[in-house]
Amino acid sequence: MTAGAPGLSASETVGRDLGRRLAARDLSAAAEVLNLVENRSPAAVEQTAALLEAVSVAALGHEAPAQIVGVTGPPGVGKSSLLSRLVARWRASDRSVAVLAVDPSSRRSGGSLLGDRVRIERDPGDSQVFIRSTAAGDRLGGLAPATRAAATALAAAFDVVVIETVGVGQSETEIADVADEVAVVVQPGSGDVLQFLKSGIMEIPDVLVVTKSDLGTVAHRALADLRAALRSLGADSVPVVAVSSVSPPDGIDALVDALDQRHRALDLRVHRLRGRRAAALAQFTVEHGERGLGALGGRRAAWAWLQTQPAGLDATALVAGLESRTQGSPERDR
Amino acid sequence: MSDPSPARLPERDRPWLIRTYAGHSDAKRSNELYRRNLAKGQTGLSVAFDLPTQTGYDPDDELAVGEVGKVGVSIAHAGDMRALLDGIPLDQMNTSMTINATAAWLLALYIVAADEQGVAESQLQGTTQNDILKEYLSRGTYAFPPGPSMRLIADTIVYTVTHVPRWNPINICSYHLQEAGATPVQEIAYAMGNAIAVLDAVRERLGTDALMGEVFGRISFFVNAGVRFIEEHAKLRAMSQLWDELGAERYGVTDAKQRRFRYGVQVNSLGLTEAQPENNVYRIALEALAVTLGRNARARALQLPAWNEALGLPRPWDQQWSLRLQQILAFETDILEYPDIFEGSHVMEALVAELVEGARAEIARISELGGAVEAVDYMKAALVQSHSERWGRIESGEQTIVGMNRFDTTEPSPLTADGDAGILVVDPEVEDQQRTAVQRWRAERDADAVDAALRELAAAAADPDQNIMPATIAAARAGVTTGEWSRTLRSVFGSYRGPTGVGEASGTPSGNLVEVRDNVERISEALGRRIKFLVGKPGLDGHSNGAEQLAVRARDAGMDVVYEGIRLTPGEIAASAVQEGVHVVGLSILSGSHAQLIPAVLSALREGGGGEIPVVVGGIIPDLDAQALLQAGVAAVYTPKDWDLNRTIADIVALVGDRYGVGAAAPA
Repeated sequence: MTAGAPGLSASETVGRDLGRRLAARDLSAAAEVLNLVENRSPAAVEQTAALLEAVSVAALGHEAPAQIVGVTGPPGVGKSSLLSRLVARWRASDRSVAVLAVDPSSRRSGGSLLGDRVRIERDPGDSQVFIRSTAAGDRLGGLAPATRAAATALAAAFDVVVIETVGVGQSETEIADVADEVAVVVQPGSGDVLQFLKSGIMEIPDVLVVTKSDLGTVAHRALADLRAALRSLGADSVPVVAVSSVSPPDGIDALVDALDQRHRALDLRVHRLRGRRAAALAQFTVEHGERGLGALGGRRAAWAWLQTQPAGLDATALVAGLESRTQGSPERDR
Repeated sequence: MSDPSPARLPERDRPWLIRTYAGHSDAKRSNELYRRNLAKGQTGLSVAFDLPTQTGYDPDDELAVGEVGKVGVSIAHAGDMRALLDGIPLDQMNTSMTINATAAWLLALYIVAADEQGVAESQLQGTTQNDILKEYLSRGTYAFPPGPSMRLIADTIVYTVTHVPRWNPINICSYHLQEAGATPVQEIAYAMGNAIAVLDAVRERLGTDALMGEVFGRISFFVNAGVRFIEEHAKLRAMSQLWDELGAERYGVTDAKQRRFRYGVQVNSLGLTEAQPENNVYRIALEALAVTLGRNARARALQLPAWNEALGLPRPWDQQWSLRLQQILAFETDILEYPDIFEGSHVMEALVAELVEGARAEIARISELGGAVEAVDYMKAALVQSHSERWGRIESGEQTIVGMNRFDTTEPSPLTADGDAGILVVDPEVEDQQRTAVQRWRAERDADAVDAALRELAAAAADPDQNIMPATIAAARAGVTTGEWSRTLRSVFGSYRGPTGVGEASGTPSGNLVEVRDNVERISEALGRRIKFLVGKPGLDGHSNGAEQLAVRARDAGMDVVYEGIRLTPGEIAASAVQEGVHVVGLSILSGSHAQLIPAVLSALREGGGGEIPVVVGGIIPDLDAQALLQAGVAAVYTPKDWDLNRTIADIVALVGDRYGVGAAAPA
């Protein structure tokens, strides 16, 4: 049994081997990759680091090929049916898709119920689609480190990687660190999104999606309100796409086009490099707190140090670098 | 006997319609069964359809595998319906059909079969269950999204009120709500909320109030009766009162006769036990009293389950035993000789008032949420919660179930000692025969006429101003099949998945859960990852209570539980198990299709690279079948005997520890 299987870790090269399979665009490695990166045992953590190194920019020689898309929004807005249609649309143009669904179901006694809200229709015989649900991390809001690692790893193999999260206002920043584009999904009549946008609690997304466009007047009004809010924030260029959740589906092509357009306009190298560094700092802060930051001379100093690091390092390696600095290892302090 | 006494009726009442819920295999075999039952003194028919017919798939559809003819009869086209009703005079018969998502279709087939017998549709009497909300909430045989489903219901009501005036186009079902765990107040309130949604939809469709009296008068209910039979009787009186008010106040129905609460009953199956199953006969008798004892709220039709329902499908003899109970009640006892015996009872009045008050509050709540259609998620979660509380009371011993959690020592039962273990086994050849038969039917009909009829049907479905019934009846005449009718509507309406309700249910930890939790933590830590458990419902069976309760309890025990709802193919379950990286898979099946579906899941897992994941199975599974499943590679089989959920969970946790070499559960 290997660290990638549901059970325990054994092989010392499992991380590297999985990484190489991903780099060779072997999609069948996905389940084992997730089993490994979610595993918290010391052996698995070590293998995860090896995995991430094998799919890092340094190892690949280029940025991972996938388009990484964040999809987020409050519960009940129809994200699952939207994702079902998106997946079908991507598959129709022959793009392989991995969906990482972070389920918000509140943890009780440590347990969680998954799959209830994130159910996405797909053809079970289609090996080009991979869907995995994970309980939201123990910390409030935010992305589990495993999800970030998984997205980074799968991006080496798949054409599209989707990170689906629930919420408005808390987790977008962290998704933005990992995703190339973030789509925020709202339904007509949800005024809080408008408020969050205006007050700056919520970052301006790359694309705003309004579901249930079949609702008619309410939906038109929601579109108009959101467009007005974006205008007042000087973000006219952010596309607002209306999609219909009832048959016949509508608006999916426009959404995919909008995401692709943003992707083409993005300086991927700069965006992902900044994301890796930001993610490393965020993860370090979660694990070591303000005291850890203090040992590095504060957040600004830590950030400055991260800028000096080679661009090809993955976030996990950067965290390790920050950690070694707190332990005062000057020889690694270059 | 000269003076009429206030204690007696001048004339003994006529008994209710005496029925048995029956049907299995194919039309011919079910027809023979019906004729035998009628010869035994049954006065109406109650048709049980198999799951493919109920959910709109032909017998040769991939989703129908293992389910054809299992829980009812397979009806794929007009020829099947003709054979089902052969020799039964439809101008005299009163036929109840337990059919919902595809009710408009089966009603059309019935009308066509009657026409072939020379009976006009205006003479037909009977009931189509035709209630979709409780399918979302409990029973799971829905096919289309809520909006189009409500339209189909409104269409059948509008059609029957004008063309089939003695037909009950809908049975608002509170029955399945109780099966899903509803308290009496919830049962009343959700049923009334459901009725309001239906009536509002019909009113909108009619565009006038002129016919609302007729419509209101044709709405009937299908109610449950549990063993707490005094309170259950009060529940029916409360429903009568609320129904009468609703008709007068919301719909302006002036004719008191049209406001009468009319209902049929199937008494409780939820409370029937696998342990000492003979005791179920007493439960059923007491439950029958709940709906027959008081004249002012007496059932108009009754069907009683068989003593062995918790074991498997009842045999003809088991059904006869239930039929005789009704006949003893109706013809031997003096129950039909008196006016209402509870009138003037302070206790009964107070009980009714209590229930009415509780129900009013809950009805208001549903209305605040925008009506029953909008409130499906809320109601589903509330039901899962109630059921979970009920189960907690049984496990803690607070609620007694004789023979199960108390007084459970028993002598071996001679009733289940036979070779067939006391149940009916459907001939496994039936599925093949039906598959071939439907293919022959398709080959022999006029293909052009079928295509034209399906085009008409699609056009009618896409046009909200048209009633679906005329095009549906024309399609039935043209030889369209059940699967084709449904597929055409699905292509226009889209498909739908109901809510599972499990996400919102709060846990009711009880008993030894603390110990199980410790084991979950210990083993999860050793695994490096929290134990992940996929609970799956393969096949078309929509009875999801067991799966839902297991999922909630496993969550409460600390596991990550993947539960994706009902109606999954073996391939979907296997793909989810592998992609989700689960440590163990639990499958629940109550429809009797385990012998086909479970091995299919096992082989899909092997093919998909999940062959090492242990699989456990729960459901109504006879001993012999359980042995076969264990031999096929299933790790454990749980039946209603294993009612202690905590123990089942502990068992599954130990299995995970064992399989992945991280130690069996610590000793208690």
